[in-house]
Amino acid sequence: MINVLLITFLITLLYMSIANRLLTYLKVLAFQGVILFAVTFIQLHEFNTLNLILILLETIVFKSVAVPIFMAHVLKRNKITREAEPYVPYFVSLIITTLILVTTILLSGTIIDSGLDKMFFVVALSTIFFGLYIIASRRKIITHVMGYLVIENGVFVLSLAVGNEMPMLVNLGVMLDIFASVLILGIFLNKIGDVFKNIDVEELSNLKDY
Amino acid sequence: MVNYVLTSLFIVLQWGFTVYAYFHLNATVAEYFTFDSLGFLLLLVLSIISIPAIFHSHRYIDLHNEPPKSQSIYFSALIVLIAAIGLAYLANHIAVLWIFTEITTLAASALIYHHRNKLALEGTWKYVFICAISVAFIFIGILFLSLSLGKASSDNLSFQYLISRSTTLNPFWLKLAFLFIFTGFTVKAGLVPMFTAGVDAKDKAPGPTAALLSSVLMNMGVVGIFRTYSIIAYTPLQHWANIVIGISAVLSIFVATVYMIKVKNIKRMFAYSSIEHMGLVMLAISIGGIGYYAAILHIVLHAFVKSSLFFQYNQIYRVYQDKSVNHIGNYFKYNPTGAIVVLLGFISATAIPPSGLFVSEFLIFRALFEGHQIFILIAVLLLLTIIIWAFAKNILKVLFTPIPNFDESQVPVIKPWESYTQLALIILSIYLGLTPPDFFVQLIKESVMFLS
Repeated sequence: MINVLLITFLITLLYMSIANRLLTYLKVLAFQGVILFAVTFIQLHEFNTLNLILILLETIVFKSVAVPIFMAHVLKRNKITREAEPYVPYFVSLIITTLILVTTILLSGTIIDSGLDKMFFVVALSTIFFGLYIIASRRKIITHVMGYLVIENGVFVLSLAVGNEMPMLVNLGVMLDIFASVLILGIFLNKIGDVFKNIDVEELSNLKDY
Repeated sequence: MVNYVLTSLFIVLQWGFTVYAYFHLNATVAEYFTFDSLGFLLLLVLSIISIPAIFHSHRYIDLHNEPPKSQSIYFSALIVLIAAIGLAYLANHIAVLWIFTEITTLAASALIYHHRNKLALEGTWKYVFICAISVAFIFIGILFLSLSLGKASSDNLSFQYLISRSTTLNPFWLKLAFLFIFTGFTVKAGLVPMFTAGVDAKDKAPGPTAALLSSVLMNMGVVGIFRTYSIIAYTPLQHWANIVIGISAVLSIFVATVYMIKVKNIKRMFAYSSIEHMGLVMLAISIGGIGYYAAILHIVLHAFVKSSLFFQYNQIYRVYQDKSVNHIGNYFKYNPTGAIVVLLGFISATAIPPSGLFVSEFLIFRALFEGHQIFILIAVLLLLTIIIWAFAKNILKVLFTPIPNFDESQVPVIKPWESYTQLALIILSIYLGLTPPDFFVQLIKESVMFLS
């Protein structure tokens, strides 16, 4: 069951790589939150109940409801155009994403460690690299933030892989999620929308050496 | 007035804590903090630098005549930053170190955004975003580190436990963990690959804050790398880790050279010079031997010199209202004491004798020579020569060349006493470099004892 969920997670990445509209990205992020909710529920069976409820709430309330709604609000308020405007064609994005997946699968083949579920490793690592790719290949600041949220989802998957041995690390991962998201989204996306009207990365090139 | 009382109170507390740490060396408090030699030494440096930092912050805030809200945010963020850096030095558990790294990001971003304008926002956004990614990277590294412990392990991720188990760690996970943690800390330490955000941050942050960012905060990044490295130093992977660090170090020096040639903004020039120095420190660590000693000595002395230059920068800005070298000149005429600070700081930052940094750089080169890395030594020396030329070209213009059409009637009078703290820092660095007291040498030796 976990494997089915994790493979669905990978498919959402492929879908995201060819998505055109920003709202689609938000929907995919929300859906990823739901998948993570299910995976957490099945995987972390050794947790005490209160802690587990806290983590589940983080996935469902924070990842799949609060953040997408807030980002949609930001999109609307700053009148950001609906397209993602990547630097590269979607077809190339699809190929690169596939290459990321293949590379991580090949890399996981070299691991000699019976202790780890390789599925988690592949999904986590490819999600992290995919997030970095989104940041590098999209033009808008808000897509950078979405790429960062994808990276956080990848980190969360990875922390689930070791969750039963090291419950502390899962909690720290949740802390990273909330802390960094609030810092980035809450304070700066608001400000940046007010100051830079058309929030493209090209706008952010005024700091120079001379 | 309240600000003065509260910040003085903080300095007293900070020094009280440092003195307490001195009398409890190698003791562990609150389970997660150990007063080991490296942590204590850097805490002492932090406490010394925090006094002029707060003094110059008061000067800065008073001259700008800012509203109370902006003042209170500034001082609280400054205090949180100093406290978080200090606790990060002392953390004996990698996750605790990580948490304090996050807190420094928060505090630093509030300080960088102090002026609330478009450029400050750009710098802050870049810093926050890159730091968020770097913090995620460090966390990934910690997860891999916990994987390398294997099943049936305890929840314990303290450095001491990891070092004691280092021979049984899974090498594959350890490699991945080191790569991710190293990449993550390069933002704070100012190294290739993720140095850019730090330079923008130092450009936009107020002078006293930029001084902290490019001295004690960079030391925090080095501490993170150093402690992780000391885990891997006990495994067969040490050679591989040395190569990784060495590549990053040489690239950092190279990148710093390239930017130093072109840079006209003197604040950014100081920031690039910091990148060069951190590159040298990493080079020393990757060579080993006497390099470890030189690395620790170098970060201590560099912290004093670079913070002094950044404090002085504010006075330059007050005279010229500009930070481009093209509009600054003949500084000796307008502020002789400050000009002496710039001159001494320049001599120290380029490691010309009799500065303290000359001693540590000389030790680094000796380590390179003894490690039979002649080609790297020649390459680095060439790059450093170019850096000295570029640095001197700009600084000598700032000090001596008059600029045409400069309106002298607007120049404020800057009293010499405002520069005394900066002079004290530079003289301290010369003193510690040339005639280090036994206590100081002992601390450095103890902090690298486990490596050689």
